[in-house]
Amino acid sequence: MSLFSDPFNSSIRLRCECGEHASAAEHEASRSRKLESSSEALNARVVEQAVMRAIFPEDSLRRRFLQAVGTPTALAAISSIFPLAAAQEAFAQGSGKLEKTNVKVGFIPITCATPIIMADPMGFYKKQGLDVEVVKTAGWAVIRDKTLNKEYDAAHMLSPMPIAISMGVGATATPFTVPAIENINGQAITLAIKHKDKRNPKDWKGFKFAVPFDYSMHNYLLRYYLAEAGLDPDRDVQIRVVPPPEMVANLRADNIDGFLGPDPMNQRAVFDGVGFLHILSKEIWDGHPCCTFAASKEFMTTNPNTYAALLRSIVDATAYAQKAENRKEIAAAIATPNYLNQPLTVVEQVLTGTFADGLGAVKKVPDRVSFDPFPWESFAVWIMTQMQRWGQVKGDVDYQKIAREVFLATDARRAMEQSGLKAPGASTKTFVIMGKTFDPAKPKEYLDSFAIKRT
Amino acid sequence: MLGREKFRSFLLSVLILAVFLAIWQIASMPSTGDQVVDEEYAKLVGSAAATGQKSSFPTPAEVGKKLFEQLSNPFYDRGANDKGIGIQLAWSVSRVALGFGLAALVAIPLGFVIGMSRLIFSALDPFIQVLKPISPLAWMPLALFTLKDSNVSAIFVIFICSIWPMLINTAFGVAAVRKEWIDVSRTLEVRPLRKALMVILPAAAPTIMTGMRISIGIAWLVIVAAEMLVGGTGIGYFVWNEWNNLSIANILVAVLLIGVIGMLLDMCFARLQRAVTYRD
Repeated sequence: MSLFSDPFNSSIRLRCECGEHASAAEHEASRSRKLESSSEALNARVVEQAVMRAIFPEDSLRRRFLQAVGTPTALAAISSIFPLAAAQEAFAQGSGKLEKTNVKVGFIPITCATPIIMADPMGFYKKQGLDVEVVKTAGWAVIRDKTLNKEYDAAHMLSPMPIAISMGVGATATPFTVPAIENINGQAITLAIKHKDKRNPKDWKGFKFAVPFDYSMHNYLLRYYLAEAGLDPDRDVQIRVVPPPEMVANLRADNIDGFLGPDPMNQRAVFDGVGFLHILSKEIWDGHPCCTFAASKEFMTTNPNTYAALLRSIVDATAYAQKAENRKEIAAAIATPNYLNQPLTVVEQVLTGTFADGLGAVKKVPDRVSFDPFPWESFAVWIMTQMQRWGQVKGDVDYQKIAREVFLATDARRAMEQSGLKAPGASTKTFVIMGKTFDPAKPKEYLDSFAIKRT
Repeated sequence: MLGREKFRSFLLSVLILAVFLAIWQIASMPSTGDQVVDEEYAKLVGSAAATGQKSSFPTPAEVGKKLFEQLSNPFYDRGANDKGIGIQLAWSVSRVALGFGLAALVAIPLGFVIGMSRLIFSALDPFIQVLKPISPLAWMPLALFTLKDSNVSAIFVIFICSIWPMLINTAFGVAAVRKEWIDVSRTLEVRPLRKALMVILPAAAPTIMTGMRISIGIAWLVIVAAEMLVGGTGIGYFVWNEWNNLSIANILVAVLLIGVIGMLLDMCFARLQRAVTYRD
């Protein structure tokens, strides 16, 4: 009996039942292949088999029993004496024991962290047997230091951060990993109300902008957008780092003219009558990654089962968050003082995509923010080209190697399949940013093609 | 006569408060402008934005309401990031007590040594003068990087900021003990330890207490900044969390409570100071 053959199939080994295969063995092989594509069903099958083997040490006995009572009856009878469902679930939680069940995960109170946050009140961590404390943190530098200090086991980070930390740029070099992206899109350029007639970026000379961190997609996207309009982001405007929660306060105080920031801060500026949404970040690059779920390589190798369980919770939560019909429920769960601490309507507008634009119009963009866990290696390569473009990294970079080591596409693929999601087969893809195609196989040529750069 | 003076000063205090609140109320009155946007849009934004304005500063009544809310349930615990203001204040006070206590343990003996020897005093003086004016926010990244623990870092920052006034005052107090008293103890052949505890300490105590009183004030100033930076718990985190929510009313509640606790701490040390003061 092959490992994955159906123990409730009494006719096994006699002949091929469907007639498609020359022998029973070949028939089984094809079944197993089909089964393997769904690992959940596969796990269930392995458990059933173990139970049946224990009850019927002799295979002939098992076959006679099944023939006598029929498969459904046998299944019901055995389920009544042995909790098959519970055993299958226990098995799905990973073959190994969790090394650590009390886990601390840091987050910044923004909607990018939705899967990390909602997994707590909505029970996605508990489902994997984890007791996770999600801790609100004051800023990206603090979250970086607390994760490097091991106060946090894993954390919500901006997607360029784990790459920068692994490369030792702006931090002590520590190998970090990104097993899952949190969100794609979901950022915006917000300008102060007084600039409502300056919608062309060419008129923005002398503006002061805020971004959440040097190593952030926000910084790279804003620079990209400005440079496409012919403005040099280092000379024609001022870009300063302001933690997301302080962006609206600064915009209100006229300290800055605008920001490319995460939600709900953009929507909050509208809510308070301080700013308006110039464009959503998806209009710059539709499908750009933003925040990630990151952990150090050390945590991954010393606690592989806990790491896998965390990843499964995040992927499950991400899949749940992606469905439009769940968005209102999620908004209510995460807008509370314990998590985002924002008015419910602000979070709801961000997640549902029906929002006030700050200039008197109600817009409907259902995919304003999307949740997709797959960490494309090409994302990492693009980020590295931008680090070089703006002088954060000097010299040659081994793009593909770093991308592979930090963005763990394989782990994500496995976790996605376990959650019943369709994971892409490839780990790289090309994409288009403001009309310009990026080919991950040719990062150097891409970098050279820009007119405004600091290389 | 004295009672009457006290009553009049109290009356004046109340009057000043009333005038202040009245001005605040008038200045922060929400102007009732007409709605400038359609219904659907108005539902999605705050009331100020719907009338084409920025959201305004809260009125005293709003702050009073928040204050009542916070004080009527100060010890709730709704998860790691949402605890009552009483719990937050307790965290801050305990951090201050720990950092300040450690600083006192180091500063007073060290101050004694420095005060008794002109040589050591002159040698250490430049270091003290350079380290003294450094802001807590400048220490924080260094502490986080080297100590690798945010809670320990916060306590370290309290420690390093509150040590200087105590150190300087102790040294100064010890150095300024009247020469005759030292001479008398020498004539009586008092042993050094006994001399330090029975002669110098009581003589320098008022100056030392002044240093401690300045230090506790500084420690309380520093804790808010430190907690805003590292987050997690404490009144500084509370302020940061409400800033995040742009809830000025809650921030004002916290500001008021920070002031009250600071005053209480200062009063404790003022009383201690009076207890050790002597007349020549």
